[in-house]
Amino acid sequence: MPAVFPADSVGLVSPQRLAFQQPLALACGRQLDSYELVIETYGQLNSQASNAVLICHALSGHHHAAGYHSVDERKPGWWDSCIGPGKPIDTNKFFVVSLNNLGGCNGSTGPSSLNPATGKPYGADFPVITVEDWVNSQARLADHLGIHQWAAVVGGSLGGMQALQWSISYPERLRHCVCIASAPKLSAQNIAFNEVARQAILSDPDYHEGRFQELGTIPKRGLMLARMVGHITYLSDDAMGEKFGRERKSATHNYDLHSVEFQVESYLRYQGEEFSGRFDANTYLLMTKALDYFDPAAAHEGDLARTLSVAQADFCVLSFTTDWRFSPARSQEIVNALMAAKKNVCYLDIDAPQGHDAFLLPIPRYLQAFSAYMQRIEV
Amino acid sequence: MRADLEIIQHWIPAGSRVLDLGCGNGELLAWLREHKQVSGYGLEIDPDNIAHCIERGVNVIQQDLDQGLGNFASDSFDVVVMTQALQAVHYPDRILDEMLRVGKTCIITFPNFGHWRCRWYLASKGRMPVSDFLPYTWYNTPNIHFCTFKDFEALCHQRQLRVLDRLAVDRQHRHSTASRLWPNLLGEIGIYRISRV
Repeated sequence: MPAVFPADSVGLVSPQRLAFQQPLALACGRQLDSYELVIETYGQLNSQASNAVLICHALSGHHHAAGYHSVDERKPGWWDSCIGPGKPIDTNKFFVVSLNNLGGCNGSTGPSSLNPATGKPYGADFPVITVEDWVNSQARLADHLGIHQWAAVVGGSLGGMQALQWSISYPERLRHCVCIASAPKLSAQNIAFNEVARQAILSDPDYHEGRFQELGTIPKRGLMLARMVGHITYLSDDAMGEKFGRERKSATHNYDLHSVEFQVESYLRYQGEEFSGRFDANTYLLMTKALDYFDPAAAHEGDLARTLSVAQADFCVLSFTTDWRFSPARSQEIVNALMAAKKNVCYLDIDAPQGHDAFLLPIPRYLQAFSAYMQRIEV
Repeated sequence: MRADLEIIQHWIPAGSRVLDLGCGNGELLAWLREHKQVSGYGLEIDPDNIAHCIERGVNVIQQDLDQGLGNFASDSFDVVVMTQALQAVHYPDRILDEMLRVGKTCIITFPNFGHWRCRWYLASKGRMPVSDFLPYTWYNTPNIHFCTFKDFEALCHQRQLRVLDRLAVDRQHRHSTASRLWPNLLGEIGIYRISRV
């Protein structure tokens, strides 16, 4: 618990809940008649509304990106390393908007919300949401906040996909697009990892075809397994080696088939356990589907340069050397397409041992480049 | 502006698209954008240099020149520039081919190993030349492919490339009648503009 918040923290923050009554048409053909989004904002919107930055979250993210909800909160928001006074997304300069995406499980309308038509939780009946749908809902959010054009749309991983989609769907509504540790589409290997995670959930007897909430259960084992698999792919071999090596909980082998012996097992179980207690299984399925479906170039026979030719924003693309879930080569595909489309783009592949998770960490080279880019943005 | 860049900028037409290989802190591209409405990209591998480029709003791409330029389409730039990097790449001949595939003209600068001081150092001491200008010893130098003006022009000839302009300058990038007459002996740095025939 921080007795006093650090000087470079946005400090105490509280979420707001916004209701949208206009129906939102979705890529799947269905629509949401009304929905709610939970957001947080940091900093002040200037009089021309020209200093707004949208933060798009990744698979398990949410609106609480920076600061603390209370003095008792153990850890700050998920991207506190990059958002705050003097940090790359400097709240002295920018008005930062962070939301929980539709289909999420942290307050915005999603599978665990009550379906107004039935009075029961949506569960697996909640429509599948795509990255395009998220961007459309975020555009409505911008309208609601009186923001015609974002100074920047910023995101890592699945969030980077949303930032990229913004530059395609609403080219005139953002001046800068910051796409970190992301990809223009998932590879077969990536979809395969998602499928393992989904099968873990779907095959859990407590999943009950997505109606577990009505029945008062949670597919805890499935969620835990999904998170364990995911977590392995977010770390590099070196990062895991550094953190756990072959360290054991006891000096000797137990010679049984069931006990937790290596520290890495214990860590993964803890991560899975913690995650399964706070995350909704249907949201996890939905988020992985949104990842799998994302492929903006598909509309142009796979030609990403042609897809991005409509973009008007300047781009900053960042990747991390040891990230194998969203490898530097995937970021370079985006960069090459942007250069072929003659767009302004900066690209840096940051030498970091932490794997995909690096985008959340305060790595000096990363913060330096990220800050340099954000500082040059005129507001 | 760095003296060699000042010379080079005269050879770059206003409004052209430029690819700068090993763009350093982005000085040339920033200047060209300001004064000559030039657009394009700089390739660089040093993180501090990249951060400088980002600060001044230069389009900088982290890319190792030894990986080639396969990610750029043929004829996609008017001018491809490479200053003081030819001697540091693994395959100078291949990068030259690549530069001329991607760009219509190329501007290249490199140190001349045929300069009299290098010759004198080697002749009198029998050891690899070390100077303020080329301060490395043979085992730790990033400059792994030194050549003389004659060597470079022989390569251009072999590859059937046309030398459009050539300037032999000293380390302050001054040139004189003498260095024009005996470039391979008196020029410390070569600045070449070449194209395909």
